[in-house]
Amino acid sequence: MSGEAQSSAEYIQHHLVNWCIGNCDPVTHKAAGFWAIHIDTLIFGWLLAGLMAWMSFAVGRVLTTGTPGTLQNVVESIVEFVQTQIRDIFPGSNPLIGPLAITIFLWVFLMNAMDLVPVDLLPLIGKMLGFEYLKVVPTTDLGTTFALALSVFALIIYYNIKIKGPIGYLKQFLFHPFGKYLIPVNIVMTTIEEVAKPVSLALRLFGNMFAGELIFMLIALLSLASWFMLPFQVGLGSLWAIFHILIITLQAFIFMLLTIVYLGMAHTTEEEH
Amino acid sequence: MNITATLIGQILTFAVLVWFIQRYLWEPLTTALAERQKKIADGLAAAERGEHEQELARKRAAEKIGEAKQQAAEIVAQAQKRASEIVEEAKENARSEGERLLAAANAEIEQEANRAKEQLRGQVVSLAVAGAERVLKKEVDPKAHQKLLADLVAQI
Repeated sequence: MSGEAQSSAEYIQHHLVNWCIGNCDPVTHKAAGFWAIHIDTLIFGWLLAGLMAWMSFAVGRVLTTGTPGTLQNVVESIVEFVQTQIRDIFPGSNPLIGPLAITIFLWVFLMNAMDLVPVDLLPLIGKMLGFEYLKVVPTTDLGTTFALALSVFALIIYYNIKIKGPIGYLKQFLFHPFGKYLIPVNIVMTTIEEVAKPVSLALRLFGNMFAGELIFMLIALLSLASWFMLPFQVGLGSLWAIFHILIITLQAFIFMLLTIVYLGMAHTTEEEH
Repeated sequence: MNITATLIGQILTFAVLVWFIQRYLWEPLTTALAERQKKIADGLAAAERGEHEQELARKRAAEKIGEAKQQAAEIVAQAQKRASEIVEEAKENARSEGERLLAAANAEIEQEANRAKEQLRGQVVSLAVAGAERVLKKEVDPKAHQKLLADLVAQI
């Protein structure tokens, strides 16, 4: 922020720029190509992953089959919640699906939850430490959402081939959904269907989080115009934050649920048409 | 807003995190949950078994109490019978003892009376002799009149 003279547009634009290293544009500080790294996204992703790892380690170490402690109780209820979802949706069993689903749910939830930290707090601290740009919500970075979505996509393809065999998977492209007389159309349709899975996963999460972040910024801008707006900023900010608790949980849940659904579809052998 | 190599970093982070969660949280925790489920099921089964056993034990106890009551009643009846026997015996004993004592007392009284009679007889003889002496104004020799005196004594 460049003091009093900063306009609303500048404020927002400044907040939308990642801390970039590598192939970055020297003027706008935005990534100029693929080989740039948003180090802030990575750092917050790591911090939250570390938090998760530490918590799971702490729980796993003092695990008891008797009366569980508080932390174990909380984690158990989350695990049982995820297990219920998997039991309801996922056909058969796969030892990877559980950890995958709970990791997506918790990690996405935690990364989304960074949205609830006051928008200016961490960038301000970063600025004091000498970092000009800092974007604290990793899920408002397409890199994160696509990383998750492409990982899921890779697993979808892997399990499709593993369960149905290469021929079976190919047949799905050739004869689905219109039967054997419309093979070219089938190929296009199925390819779109498959590619739409990761893209929709990634963009849905990104869109929701990005929009939420943007609204926090707009609310923060209220008092930039006039100090009289401060009560409105506080009121609106609180309201939006409360509402946003629902959104971050819901988005994490949707991402997890769709992952289970897609992988469940990969595990279902195609019925004959 | 474009996709950058952050993607690769996040994919690696994600992969490591999934591995870690599986290794240190999911597997131990689901195992523990399954174990606890088994433990609870076992506990419930044991509780049911215990209840059943308790029911059996209660029945057995009731039987035992019934038996004990019956035995006690028998014992009491026996004891009462024995007691009345003892009382009867004691009464019998007392009666015979009383009779014996009575007989002994009677015998003694008779003896005593006889003895008194004998004494009386002796004294009467001496009185008679003394009376006779006065009358005759001379000494009577009891030896000389032994036969006469014996007749007198026999007459009294």
